[in-house]
Amino acid sequence: MKRETILNAVMVLGLFIVPLWAWIADEPFIITLTTKAAILALAGVGLNIALGIGGLVSFGHAAFFGLGGYAMGILASHAQSYAPIMESPFLIEGTKSMPVIWLAAIITSGLAALAIGALSLRTTGVYFIMITLAFGQMLYFFTISWPAYGGEDGLPIYVRNGFPGVNTLDPIQFYGVVFVILMAALFFTARLIKSPFGLALNAARQSSERVETVGINPYRLRLMAFVISGMITGLAGALFADLNRFVSPTMFSWQISGEIMVFIIIGGVGRLFGPVVGAVLFILLEHILGGLSDYWHIYLGVLLLLIVLFARGGVIGTLAGREASHD
Amino acid sequence: MSFILFAEQVLNGLQLGVMLFVMAAGLTLVFGVMGLINLAHGSLYMVGAFAAAAVAGLTGSFVLALVAALAAAAAAGALVEMLVIRRLYNRDHLDQVLATFALILIFSEGTRWIFGSFPLFLNIPDYLSGPVTLPGGIQYPLYRLTLIAIGLAIAGGLFLLISRTRLGIQIRAGENDREMIAALGVDISKLYTIVFALGAALAGLAGALVGAIQSVQVGMGEPVLILAFVVIVIGGIGSIKGALIGAILVGLTDTLGGVLLPELFKTFMDNAAASSIGSALASMLIYILMACVLIVKPTGLFGART
Repeated sequence: MKRETILNAVMVLGLFIVPLWAWIADEPFIITLTTKAAILALAGVGLNIALGIGGLVSFGHAAFFGLGGYAMGILASHAQSYAPIMESPFLIEGTKSMPVIWLAAIITSGLAALAIGALSLRTTGVYFIMITLAFGQMLYFFTISWPAYGGEDGLPIYVRNGFPGVNTLDPIQFYGVVFVILMAALFFTARLIKSPFGLALNAARQSSERVETVGINPYRLRLMAFVISGMITGLAGALFADLNRFVSPTMFSWQISGEIMVFIIIGGVGRLFGPVVGAVLFILLEHILGGLSDYWHIYLGVLLLLIVLFARGGVIGTLAGREASHD
Repeated sequence: MSFILFAEQVLNGLQLGVMLFVMAAGLTLVFGVMGLINLAHGSLYMVGAFAAAAVAGLTGSFVLALVAALAAAAAAGALVEMLVIRRLYNRDHLDQVLATFALILIFSEGTRWIFGSFPLFLNIPDYLSGPVTLPGGIQYPLYRLTLIAIGLAIAGGLFLLISRTRLGIQIRAGENDREMIAALGVDISKLYTIVFALGAALAGLAGALVGAIQSVQVGMGEPVLILAFVVIVIGGIGSIKGALIGAILVGLTDTLGGVLLPELFKTFMDNAAASSIGSALASMLIYILMACVLIVKPTGLFGART
């Protein structure tokens, strides 16, 4: 077995056993921490499809994360106040049902990714990084100055949304839901990488011209990847909002885009489990260093700098070697 | 809206624009010459503002504070270039974004550690405070007028530096072909350090100048950094002329949009809705402008490189 496969298995096992142990030991905080890591990992899995496989350095994935969050916030707040979202031309009411909210989050962020991607993918390189950043900032400032859903103060949701047959207020049961979604997204990504679409996308990252010469349109490939990527990150946003029972414009902030990118780099660009390793490590560091010092971001910064400068390929690249790398 | 109010807003937009230019000039030079995308440019802006506030607090002199801002930011820039940035020139943009993102974390938390979380205040000196009366009866703060003058002077100085001096020739040659000028005997790593420190000093100066009309606090650099990115993307990355035109466009659009859009919406809807929709749209306006420019010209108004 390849070392990377063993590492991946260890990660899955860890994500399964640690919360279970925390549940038995009655440590709900650890379950919540793991839930947060798993949700952020899911956001990273989304970005990894665009960034890792497609080579599209999007600095604006907070846009989709935030849209997913606000899809949850808007639907749940209307269900909370029993006021329909719109009455004409047809009635749309709020809901507290997770599957409906997820669907809304996925569709909203998918449509946004289609629009943002269609415009941004006309550019390449630094311009692409900057224009995606600009779209993220656009939504950030829009939510700050739009008063209907809390504006700058954000929007609290008092009771976590429900899933049929699961008591989502129980941390371990909510974690179960998140875990299943994360595994499903990873399985989907693994299949995607091996599919003709994934192979073509990978080829388009390595050489756009060669893909064009065999008659494939790289723009459409990339747009498709960008939309899928945005959808998964949007779903993560809805779950993140449900975890905190709160949405605010900070979900759109460029620091979130940066952090999602950091997960992927820490773990390893283009690796299936890269974002999972990265998000878990990030949350661990936040917890451990945050306990040691108020200024833990300094240590995080130094560590990140060292990884970028000296440990190319991230944690997985360092531990498992570069043989399976996509570089 | 009266003519006087409108003229004041145009001047405010111009003031924002020239300060954005001072910030964006360094960013676009660094990208043009070294091909490096530097997120930590906003941190150098913050370093300048903090150095100015600290020196002004100790000595009471505003001129000394500006000198300190220039020196501290240039020193921080040169140090960072030699320790970190130098290793990033041959990396792809993703690595550059992340490494400089890490630098932001280090700079921000380091500053918080030294100066604390509370904002510092940098006062406008007496001889620059108070309004002046411009032709047409417009009352305008002298300090803001000084900022416009300083910004335009820096723009002029930079054009002379780039087009008339030996350093300028090397910078232009470095943008075109770095191997060739290295082969011709120019110490390329020294040139890079100088260009980076020059950009850093300009960012620090902008931080100190703007810090006197806003508060000096950790995290003040990032909003300006993103605006400066919008500026250089609109102008075309690497072009100083593009940065100047982009900066003034962004400054005017942001300021006038915030005033005019709610007024415009008031002509066909009720006041409360008009001001909320108008201000929401106005806050997005410069990003919409940037998206429109990139859709028409994917490399910006004056850009050639990608």
